[in-house]
Amino acid sequence: MTTSVEEVWAALENLADPEIPVISLRELGILRDVRTGADGLEVVITPTYSGCPAMSQIEDDVRSTLENRGISARVVTQLAPAWTTDWMTEAGKEKLRAYGIAPPHQTPAASNVVRFITKPAKAEAVPCPRCGSSNTLVSSHFGSTACKALYKCLDCQEPFDYFKPY
Amino acid sequence: MSASTDYLLHLADNALVLGQRNAEWCGHGPILEEDIALSNVSLDLIGQARMLYQLVAALKGGDVTEDRLAYFRDSGEFRNYTLLELPHHGPLSGYAHASLDYATTIVRNFLYSALMALLWEALQKSGNAQLVAIAAKSLKEVSYHLRYSRDWLVRLGDGTDESHARAQAALDHLMPYTQEFWAACPAEAAAVAEGVAVDLLTIRDDWNGIVDAALAEATLQRPEIGGYVPEGKNGVHSEHLGFLLAEMQSLARAHPNGNW
Repeated sequence: MTTSVEEVWAALENLADPEIPVISLRELGILRDVRTGADGLEVVITPTYSGCPAMSQIEDDVRSTLENRGISARVVTQLAPAWTTDWMTEAGKEKLRAYGIAPPHQTPAASNVVRFITKPAKAEAVPCPRCGSSNTLVSSHFGSTACKALYKCLDCQEPFDYFKPY
Repeated sequence: MSASTDYLLHLADNALVLGQRNAEWCGHGPILEEDIALSNVSLDLIGQARMLYQLVAALKGGDVTEDRLAYFRDSGEFRNYTLLELPHHGPLSGYAHASLDYATTIVRNFLYSALMALLWEALQKSGNAQLVAIAAKSLKEVSYHLRYSRDWLVRLGDGTDESHARAQAALDHLMPYTQEFWAACPAEAAAVAEGVAVDLLTIRDDWNGIVDAALAEATLQRPEIGGYVPEGKNGVHSEHLGFLLAEMQSLARAHPNGNW
């Protein structure tokens, strides 16, 4: 019996990110495509940050999830187009917020690196995922992982992670 | 082909060597947030190095792997800027030791990140599609590295007398090493001729603009530079690279072909 592309999508639908288990790989935009290649089915994933230690775990998770269902498919890593937080689904962003991580803002169109570094603060008022206040302060540009920054809410005093636009 | 691989190795070695240097702060950061921040910057840099080494390994073929390139070459074969291999403190004589100096770390990361933000952007026009893909990812990451190091540069420079003095001393020590960015390099020139690399002189003015604006905000004086122009990118290194590599490569060399 041959496995269809839809069955692979269905098998991977709820596969969670190993680091942030409330959101699935599909919602994060890491799971890019399922297609039929020359040697059978291929699952295309794209790396987030270059050095993200979760990437090999993600590849293993995809492979073992499929193997457990008797599905054979190759996992292909694709660099371009580069992963962006803009691919994160709205449902995924809402799950992040409910989990206590402020979801990423839209990446600035045609971002200019010089403007990005010199005028960061105002454009990036990050609402607190707990109380919704925008009266928040960045305490570190890098949080528990490279993809997150550390913020503090000045109203409810809660420290929280912000998933940075990438 | 060989010119391009030497140039790609230069980019990879830059990222790996600075990644290794920054990682020396892991477990030793002045505060927990900074410990984590620098470790995250290191992860990005080592990730960039891995993608580039994988690309070089694919181009070279045979039994060349990313691990062979990172762990089984000696200092004369490394093509990183000398700036990136220097220890986290100013010059010392003889066998003297000094503790890690955060200002040196910040100034170095700022000078390099400012260059790479411009270079990764320019490399989006490279003729090598895989390098374009790596540059696109790396640009996103270096934008955060640059913002991070620039913020700290301003905070240290425009901070206390002590932090200002240390930031100025780090700048006086490191700035002459940036002359290497613009110096001639046969591998770079050949890669430019092949359409893989871009001529760094085209981004020099923009780099000066980023540096001068940040230094003004940080109330730091840009030092006059001159004298010896380092040639790390041509394989001529300071004595510090050998020690860095010894530490980084010892495990892989003690257990060649090891798997875990």
